[in-house]
Amino acid sequence: MSHTVRIEDTGLSYACAPRESLLEGLNRLGLRGIPTGCRGGGCGVCKIEVLAGQFQTRVMSRDHVSDDDVAHHRLLACRVYPASDLSLKVIGKLQRKVCNPASVR
Amino acid sequence: MALTGVLRPGHAQVRVLDLEESVRFYRDVLGLVETGRDAEGRVYFKCWDERDHNSYVIRQADRAGIDFFGFKVLDKATLDQLDADLQAYGLATERIPAGEMLETGERVRFTLPSGHVMELYADKTSIGNGLAEVNPAPWGPQREHGIAPVRLDHALLYGPNVAEVQKIFTEVLGFYLVERVLTPDGEGNVAIWLSCSHKVHDIAFAEYPEPGKLHHCSFLMESWEQVLRAGDIMSMNLVPVDIGPTRHGVTRGCTIYAWDPSGNRFETFMGGYQPYPDYGPLTWTFDNFGQGLDYPQRKLHETFLTVVS
Repeated sequence: MSHTVRIEDTGLSYACAPRESLLEGLNRLGLRGIPTGCRGGGCGVCKIEVLAGQFQTRVMSRDHVSDDDVAHHRLLACRVYPASDLSLKVIGKLQRKVCNPASVR
Repeated sequence: MALTGVLRPGHAQVRVLDLEESVRFYRDVLGLVETGRDAEGRVYFKCWDERDHNSYVIRQADRAGIDFFGFKVLDKATLDQLDADLQAYGLATERIPAGEMLETGERVRFTLPSGHVMELYADKTSIGNGLAEVNPAPWGPQREHGIAPVRLDHALLYGPNVAEVQKIFTEVLGFYLVERVLTPDGEGNVAIWLSCSHKVHDIAFAEYPEPGKLHHCSFLMESWEQVLRAGDIMSMNLVPVDIGPTRHGVTRGCTIYAWDPSGNRFETFMGGYQPYPDYGPLTWTFDNFGQGLDYPQRKLHETFLTVVS
């Protein structure tokens, strides 16, 4: 059975099975709304905050998710699996660090 | 051409979030040969056609990324000379005793201004490639297991102070600049490809504000056909692919970028050309970076610039 995930930033809702991550569910439908990177919990670009709902997680890099983040449900969407309907907001905006001329030495 | 000084990339140590999941990936999907485990729990791998005991080492940690990247040098006298040269240049070096890594001799360790830990060593036990040393077959069963690259080829690392890093590699370690991408104003380099050999790169760096980041470790395939086969095996095993199969403009290499189960990018790579130290570097302007990265699509993929571990 799929759960309904709502991205509050965009109002987009999509169906996500408990065995697929919030990011996999989004991408499988060909939808966009959460930045997609390594899909392994290592790069941090898909960071979200779960605002409501139950979920399970797999291990993710401490470079991007602190204890405080975990306590406040600020997690990486590629490692969060829905256990109920969920709502979330995107907080890990992709940053153009190399190609932004202002940041180039 | 005689190879002296720094010979080649010798090993990378990479952090993973789940050790056994990663072992299954590197052994059975990428098709590296597992050669040992040490008391710290590190797992050692080599590519099938490499002869030294290990070239890729993983350890479990709470964050992804690279611990260090090591180069093999010609002999002990070269190691001592390069250690002295690095110190004379103004870099602090540290000696890691023989045996700290399995089957690996004493290492000279130093940290680049980009935040990356580099190592030099002269000795690593040769265990062979599984083929005879007299009248050898061209390949054996290890080449057929998983993607099965030939060797650890190079790494691309992201961090600050690339201009200073270039000086260390070219003025102290004997590397030469093969290709570069200019900054938008054309005054500096956004990215550099450096060689200590006849290869288009043995290591590369790109300017990035956070120090010590891994963009990818690259594994050499024998043919474009083998790169396409690697892509098939990635999809069969649900490996997240980043870019490709395609061809880089920079280095002319054919490539797939993908991620290991912890979000460390790796590359299956073949081709390029054979530069010599007397060649001048090839230059890409920033507005042609897209062609440099992905020549057929002429696309500067956003993940190339933003997703690192």
